[in-house]
Amino acid sequence: MTDTTEAGPTGRSAARRKEPPPAPATGTPGPPPAPRGTRLWRGVTPWLFLIAPLALLLTFTYAPIANMVAYSFTDWDGVSPELHYTGAGNYTELLTRPELFEVFFVSGYYLAASALQIVAALYFATILSFNVRFRNFFKGVLFFPYLINGVAIGFVFLYFFQDGGTLDSVLSLFGVHTDHAWLGTPTSANISLAGVSVWRYMGLNFVLFLGAIQSVPGELYEAAELDGANRWHQFRYIIAPGIKPVLSLSVILSISGSLSVFEIPYIMTGGATGTETFVIQTVKLAFQFNKTGLASAAAVVLLLIVLAATWVQRRLVPDDRVDLV
Amino acid sequence: MTRRAVARTFVYLSLVLATVVVLLPLGVIVLTSFKSEREMADDSGALSLPGDLLNLHNYVTAFQDGEMLSAFANTAFILLFAVSGTVLIGSMTAYAIDRFTFRFRKLVIALFLVATLVPGVTTQVATFRLVNSFGMFDTLWAPIALYMGTDIVSIYIFLQFIRSIPVSLDESARLDGANAFTIYRKIIFPLLKPAIATVVIVKGITVYNDFYIPFLYMPSEDLGVISTSLFRFKGPFAAHWETISAGAVLVILPTLIAFLSLQRFIYNGFMKGATR
Repeated sequence: MTDTTEAGPTGRSAARRKEPPPAPATGTPGPPPAPRGTRLWRGVTPWLFLIAPLALLLTFTYAPIANMVAYSFTDWDGVSPELHYTGAGNYTELLTRPELFEVFFVSGYYLAASALQIVAALYFATILSFNVRFRNFFKGVLFFPYLINGVAIGFVFLYFFQDGGTLDSVLSLFGVHTDHAWLGTPTSANISLAGVSVWRYMGLNFVLFLGAIQSVPGELYEAAELDGANRWHQFRYIIAPGIKPVLSLSVILSISGSLSVFEIPYIMTGGATGTETFVIQTVKLAFQFNKTGLASAAAVVLLLIVLAATWVQRRLVPDDRVDLV
Repeated sequence: MTRRAVARTFVYLSLVLATVVVLLPLGVIVLTSFKSEREMADDSGALSLPGDLLNLHNYVTAFQDGEMLSAFANTAFILLFAVSGTVLIGSMTAYAIDRFTFRFRKLVIALFLVATLVPGVTTQVATFRLVNSFGMFDTLWAPIALYMGTDIVSIYIFLQFIRSIPVSLDESARLDGANAFTIYRKIIFPLLKPAIATVVIVKGITVYNDFYIPFLYMPSEDLGVISTSLFRFKGPFAAHWETISAGAVLVILPTLIAFLSLQRFIYNGFMKGATR
């Protein structure tokens, strides 16, 4: 699997280089063959630029992955010098203990919410790509939540869902008086939290779609209009094909996003009343219950799922995204 | 009404509805932040207007008791180092990858590419032990190193941009006797300005908003950044929604100002950042 993901992008990057490689290290064109010292120096130069970035990349991305995989086969508690090899024990525990497995159902709420989010983002991007009054204002309003600090959003919506808070007050304006505790039952709490996540992240999808739609040349719409196409036809035959790459990107972002939800539920409910997500569980296992081995196994599973989803997406939508490396 | 007019009305209605959905929760928080404790206790509801629209008392409480000043200072310190580090590292990587051919070049590119697929939240279990073993745990350097070391998106932004700088510029400078470092410093880096602006904005907002990393790595109270300091409001101000609201507004305000003044860059930056 890793093999295909690696081969794809690299091959593509080589194909996409338009200019001939500048000043190859062997230095054939231009000046006469450089003396040996200079040649050596030229071979070293790129590495001087890369040494710090590569060191950081290996230290903070690849070393943790390697360690994590190693820990996942042990019963290490993260502190004691002693650790025992347990084989696939952690993985078995993860997949067989129902309370550890349940967190995946919570992801379902967020997955459903992100489907809704993509549809809403598409709708708003489409209507705002046409001539609408106060377009910039609406664009700004829809995008702004994406920029807000997650903790602030958590508090804003804790007050929103609070007993007698914003939502209850608005409902009572319409004559609906309810004492429903919005964050009180698992279903209601998860729906509420997933709603907050739509509120927060729709703006990014929307701006991505809007950008893709606006990069479609305007004459196409005019031509279509002359041919008698209505708005739906314009969407179906001009806009939809134009945004396919961004759409598939959004789908993959929502899948990995719904699996790795952390901030909103952690800040708002702390994972109580059945709102615990995979990442909250992993963090708790690792840092509260000192089960580094089990937590690592959980993280490896999540990583594999995300990689698999990305791989499937790259298979389904052959990579012809614009401006990639 | 014609069909077109109906459709138009529907479009505007939906836009207004969306605006209300976005702004109402925020607006109520702003209203709440101006209310006095007594106003919160009487049963006037969340939507009632505060008696005194210039009641800044809650802001003072939030700012002082919530230790927001040190939080802003810590955030600024982290921002300064993390963002300038990211710019340096990203531009150096892009320069090396785009302007040189060397052995293992493809391997290096693949390493950076595959790293974008790894969601940062998943590896923290192991990253934590590593950071701890460097003695960086509970210092401001832990988030700085992590923000600098795990940002691959900005490398992409630089790579895209550096392609548009003609290689002939490098070559003529080389003929004038400039070495690779001089070329990077005097020619490439200054021409990368638009990309630098994008990276600074995107990275700046991401770092400002991040909660997970400072929460995990800096539990000390005096090392609070704005996210974690605001999060701590949950304890002492538990039922004091007027103070919590003021704190939230204090945190959102800089973002709003940045957004209003840098709109165009922000849209572009996040679009480039996400589509990599």
